[in-house]
Amino acid sequence: MSDKSYNILIVGVGGQGVLLASEIISEIALREGLDIKKSEVHGMSQRGGVVSSHVKLAPKVYSPTIHHGQADILISFEKAEGLRAIDWMKKDGVAIISTTSVVPAIVTSSKKFEYPDNALDIMKEKCSKVMSVEGDKIAAELGNPRLVNTILLGLLSTLLPFSDERWKEVIKSKVKERFVDINLKAFEAGKALKADNISVQ
Amino acid sequence: MKELLSGNEAVARGAYEAGVKLAVAYPGTPSTEILETLAAQFRSIYSQWSPNEKVAYEVGIGASMGGTRALVAMKHVGLNVAADPFMTHAYTGVNGGFVIVNCDDPAMHSSQNEQDNRFYAKFAQIPLLEPSDSQEAKDMLVAAYEISEKFDTPVMLRMTTRISHSKGVVEIGEITEVAERKFVKNPSKYVMIPAHARTRHLVVAERLEKLLKFSEETEFNKIENNGSKFGIISGAVAYQYAKEVAPDFDYFKIGLSYPLPFEKIREFVSKHEQVVVIEELEPYYEDQLKVEGILVEGKKYFGNQGELSPQRIAEGLKNAGLINEVKVAEILPEANMFPRPPVLCPGCPHRGVFMALKKQGVAVTGDIGCYTLGALEPLNALDSCICMGASIGNAIGMEKVNGSEKGTVAVIGDSTFLHSGVTGLLDAVFNKSHVTVIILDNSTTAMTGGQEHPATGRTLMGEEAPKVDLIGICKAVGVKRVVEVDPYDYEKTLNVIKEEMVAEEPSVIITSRPCVLMPKRIMDEPYQVDLELCNGCSACFRISCPAISATEETNDHGRPLAKIDKTICTGCTLCAQICPTEAILLSSKFETV
Repeated sequence: MSDKSYNILIVGVGGQGVLLASEIISEIALREGLDIKKSEVHGMSQRGGVVSSHVKLAPKVYSPTIHHGQADILISFEKAEGLRAIDWMKKDGVAIISTTSVVPAIVTSSKKFEYPDNALDIMKEKCSKVMSVEGDKIAAELGNPRLVNTILLGLLSTLLPFSDERWKEVIKSKVKERFVDINLKAFEAGKALKADNISVQ
Repeated sequence: MKELLSGNEAVARGAYEAGVKLAVAYPGTPSTEILETLAAQFRSIYSQWSPNEKVAYEVGIGASMGGTRALVAMKHVGLNVAADPFMTHAYTGVNGGFVIVNCDDPAMHSSQNEQDNRFYAKFAQIPLLEPSDSQEAKDMLVAAYEISEKFDTPVMLRMTTRISHSKGVVEIGEITEVAERKFVKNPSKYVMIPAHARTRHLVVAERLEKLLKFSEETEFNKIENNGSKFGIISGAVAYQYAKEVAPDFDYFKIGLSYPLPFEKIREFVSKHEQVVVIEELEPYYEDQLKVEGILVEGKKYFGNQGELSPQRIAEGLKNAGLINEVKVAEILPEANMFPRPPVLCPGCPHRGVFMALKKQGVAVTGDIGCYTLGALEPLNALDSCICMGASIGNAIGMEKVNGSEKGTVAVIGDSTFLHSGVTGLLDAVFNKSHVTVIILDNSTTAMTGGQEHPATGRTLMGEEAPKVDLIGICKAVGVKRVVEVDPYDYEKTLNVIKEEMVAEEPSVIITSRPCVLMPKRIMDEPYQVDLELCNGCSACFRISCPAISATEETNDHGRPLAKIDKTICTGCTLCAQICPTEAILLSSKFETV
């Protein structure tokens, strides 16, 4: 890992858990002795706007933000936001996209805009490595809609060179105690999705 | 030991290591977390929110005069409010070290302008430090206290949103033992009557000479030699972007940027074929270097608007002829993507007021806070937003020239009213205005994440405090018509606004519902749409509630029927009140059927 570097862009809508996910990845990198920078913007974005977090892991990181076209991995908590962020990706980068859709009021209340229900198809046309995850469905099966976050991290873990022990240790330290077990289950559920996306790897 | 800290957290840690005894601020993105971190993690430092930045700055001066190290934090526009004490404080100097942490917001992620506050340090002629990451934010803050005490001057640490809100690895340091100082009466230093101020202005000039020498020597201004024929002068986050794009160039990295180390830079430039200046926002370094006759270029390649980025710097370096190619994104974005602007939360108590105001068709002057979102589609209910407290003055002026028949309404939040709205209301009374002022009292400073203020009954450090009475303040300044209204009662809100608008004297309406997020998330029983009754009229879509969206079912005209997301609906009832077919009902009604 020491000579490797990863640019990871995490996007979603305010309140979905983007910042917790980037916090967990960053903490893992810190414990692995990597240099790390992560960048996000608070404020207006918390009111249902777009939220994005840039996470950069490398032996030495300069810019806290990723260069356009240089994300190795894109994680999106919402399918249209994945499509919106597509130009941040490297051509051979991997996208992990939850099929969740959050249609904003501005689309519902005006005829000016349309929500791209086919966002995943468009993404798959543009880049070869798209892993779609039925985040909401799996989270509901596990019994808590807030688990999408950890499910996506489980799948991400199959792309990064950190041990499961390390992931679990950090997840334990970042979620409330009564939610630890269910989050570890969600992590495993996410990891298991690797089999469905084997062609991407 | 190493920790992952945001720039703001690093500043808080630095304050602790530097032996700061008092920290004071008014919340403002991106600076808010500095004081929040101090209050949460470093409780040996006395920390407080003041009603506005001017008072905060003055409290800081007092603590410094009293002999302790003091920290004052604010966002860029906050320093406009505090500019009065700031400018004269440069004359008096300090006793205990004094640092103002100023957070600029390039690209205006959450601000009304993107002024470059480095010019304030030059304006006041005080030292300016510009960190480029979290580690430097901590190190420079600690050094700033030494500089402050050594040169007897306030020091500015200038952050930007990317520095404040990016996290990086920080080596944790030891706590400095600071020698105790006492307040010593010294009128010629602290009492700025003209006779004293004239002598102090001379002290400022002498101090600047010493600081110039210091700037030439300090390690914060350093040369990085890589043997390139081209050179880059940069500082703050722009330096990090540049290093990402062009790591092999020679750099002059600026850390102490007022006063600039002209001789050291002149020498650096003379040794290179071509040198460019890369800085975010205005040509602050560039113009000063050009005045000194140092031949550099910058803004013509990199621009002076918004945030820089590795991409923008790569393009600028190519235009300057320093690099040959720019890595570009090979995957293109989808054209015509819908926007996702920030919106008022589900259940936000401001929503009903804006729905009612929209119906009046009058001029509505606005202010700074969550409620500024009322200006956006589909509410479109605000006509102005200038700065903290501006709504009331704006309304008075507009009414003076346009007459009071139609009514003029100012909308301001509780925290903003206490920050700088009270003086505007005094003006309305004194100058016999007929404006209607609506104080949207949600009992917190919501936009910045829910901070305490004088009417919340609690302090930053979590102690109980006297709760300032908003109605009492309005009456005390002379407003006779002060009404309270429940903003969840739409008809009542509408009628109260109508009544007060026609009153031939100033009046105040205070709304009485707390923020749905703070201090405790409010979740009453959610509502649902009965699709048998919904006729697709879209009235509920126009109130812009994130909980309401379209179903795939449509009415006879092809318009979608509505649905409500039960997990985020707070049960505020507004949509149910305006639904013409009474199709929006309590969830429990559906379960019993």
